[in-house]
Amino acid sequence: MIGRYRGNRQALTALVRETEVHRDVYLDREVFELEMEQLFANTWVYVGHDSQVPRVGDYYATTIGNQPVVMVRDTPDSIKVLHNRCPHKGTRLTGEACGNTGRFFRCPYHAWTFRLDGSLAGVPLKSGYDGTGFADGVAARGMTPVRHVRNYRGFVFGKLNDAGPGFDEFFGESLSSIDNMVDRSPQGRLEVAGGALRYRHACNWKMLVDNLTDTCHPMIAHQSSAGTTVEVWKSAPPGAKKPMAVEIYAPFASPYEFFQGMGIRVWDNGHGHTGVAHSIHSDYSAVPGYFEQMVAAYGEARAKAILGEARHNTVYFPNVTVKGPIQLLRLFKPIAADETLVESWAFRLVGAPDTLLERTVMYNRLVNAPTSVVGHDDLEIYERAQAGLAGSGNEWVNIQRLYSADEAGRRNAVTDGTSEWQMRNQFRAWTKFMTMGL
Amino acid sequence: MSAPPTDRQLIDFVVHEARLLDQQRLDDWLGLFAEDGHYWIPLEPGQTDPRLTTSLMYEDKLLLEIRIERLKGKATYSQSPRSRCHHVLQTPQVDARDDGKAHYVTWTPMHYVESRGDQQTLYAAWVTHHLTTVDGVLRIRLKRVDLINCDAALGSIQLFV
Ligand code: FES
Ligand SMILES: [Fe+2]
Repeated sequence: MIGRYRGNRQALTALVRETEVHRDVYLDREVFELEMEQLFANTWVYVGHDSQVPRVGDYYATTIGNQPVVMVRDTPDSIKVLHNRCPHKGTRLTGEACGNTGRFFRCPYHAWTFRLDGSLAGVPLKSGYDGTGFADGVAARGMTPVRHVRNYRGFVFGKLNDAGPGFDEFFGESLSSIDNMVDRSPQGRLEVAGGALRYRHACNWKMLVDNLTDTCHPMIAHQSSAGTTVEVWKSAPPGAKKPMAVEIYAPFASPYEFFQGMGIRVWDNGHGHTGVAHSIHSDYSAVPGYFEQMVAAYGEARAKAILGEARHNTVYFPNVTVKGPIQLLRLFKPIAADETLVESWAFRLVGAPDTLLERTVMYNRLVNAPTSVVGHDDLEIYERAQAGLAGSGNEWVNIQRLYSADEAGRRNAVTDGTSEWQMRNQFRAWTKFMTMGL
Repeated sequence: MSAPPTDRQLIDFVVHEARLLDQQRLDDWLGLFAEDGHYWIPLEPGQTDPRLTTSLMYEDKLLLEIRIERLKGKATYSQSPRSRCHHVLQTPQVDARDDGKAHYVTWTPMHYVESRGDQQTLYAAWVTHHLTTVDGVLRIRLKRVDLINCDAALGSIQLFV
């Protein structure tokens, strides 16, 4: 089996048809390796938020695809993303997930040190390298920087390869969703807050990405959690104020018409979002004082426009999603073809009342935690899909709903909220970046 | 007003609570909570705030009731097959008692096993019960479960530690 897909543009292209994708995109180990080498290297992948590293020397260790990297504040005004390995023997330079490293990274093995931009600062007993040509080798260059890094309004993305589009071309109009989330702060600033949830999933990372715009599943798969919430709340005393938690759970049980009407917007390069007209986030109670703060900051018309957006899930291809109205970001970290780490990050709208962060934190706990009933509903489906795909009676996954033959050429289009167009859009981008340069 | 609970009664209460969970007598279990009671699994070691820092669970009686009703539901696919659970407790220690305020705190290290199908997962936790009496009967104000690996990347926990 080895070598079926590597370097084989034709075989890779054949995995994605107009309305079907081959199961190997979810199951095959070689395809997964190629995703790490091609897809996650040719695209702009989310690294972290700059509020995680506020002071010089602050670092945050994470991954781009399967590659360990470290995001570091190297000067008060700039952030670097470095490959997180020592050029000597490969040792990862950070132990903790985040912290402050001072003025240098210092390797725990033989104490080579590196400046915050990754350059080599010192080697003990350096004379041992005299006359060896050390200065001309790759080791002397220190920690290898990720060459393409962009901090967009606090959101730091990196691209490993020189190939692939520039940042602005890659994201295009989709940046409007990050803009909207940031603009919801009266000061135009977000901060990571409230703790990040990490949930292990025994499924392919794309099952989660596909699910983000899958609006025909909530009323079925989440009947158990959202439907039960609606039932239990029916026996609340008359006139009782609906708790925040019920406001969060109940809309998952909305009928098909609700999701049809909410709409999906499809952008180039695999990006897109649900919730054009309204969404499950539309009817949360107003937080006292917040609208007034927004009007003071932006004027009434603009404040209304900002808060009037109900964008549900915005997919930033390949593996991150934001929810502007509830200030959450979820990152689907690929571990193996059948293993994904889901991280859910909450943001504080700087300058806004704490109640907004309270709601964000509650939403995160109720929907994204390893203990979340909504999370249990979804993971059960992903794991059953991962298992079911092993059967070879039918090797194709269907993504045909509301397909139209002319859609691939249409840009920034809005469509029926139950369309699988955005899934097709993701797979068109998948093929593009998987085969780039082949 | 009946006599305040003895240490022995506090300990028996905690042991009985775990037994109800193991036997999945969840309606009875929910009945052990005071009306304003909470069940809390912090996300961070030593976490003090359940409101602005997220948790693995922080649920009042309404949310716990939703969870219990969901576990019974026919459309609850993540419970087909159903999960089972098993608690092993060290003897609970009474850390604080204030008979005047009817406030009692116990500390119970435990191992918790949850199984489903062919999978079985072991967790270790320190559990703190904040108990009170309502009409002379012991009730839970707060059950706090500190998992030793609360900040790790975890798989699903579907029942109650
Ligand atoms: S491995 Fe890092 S200094 Fe030797
Ligand atoms: Fe879902």
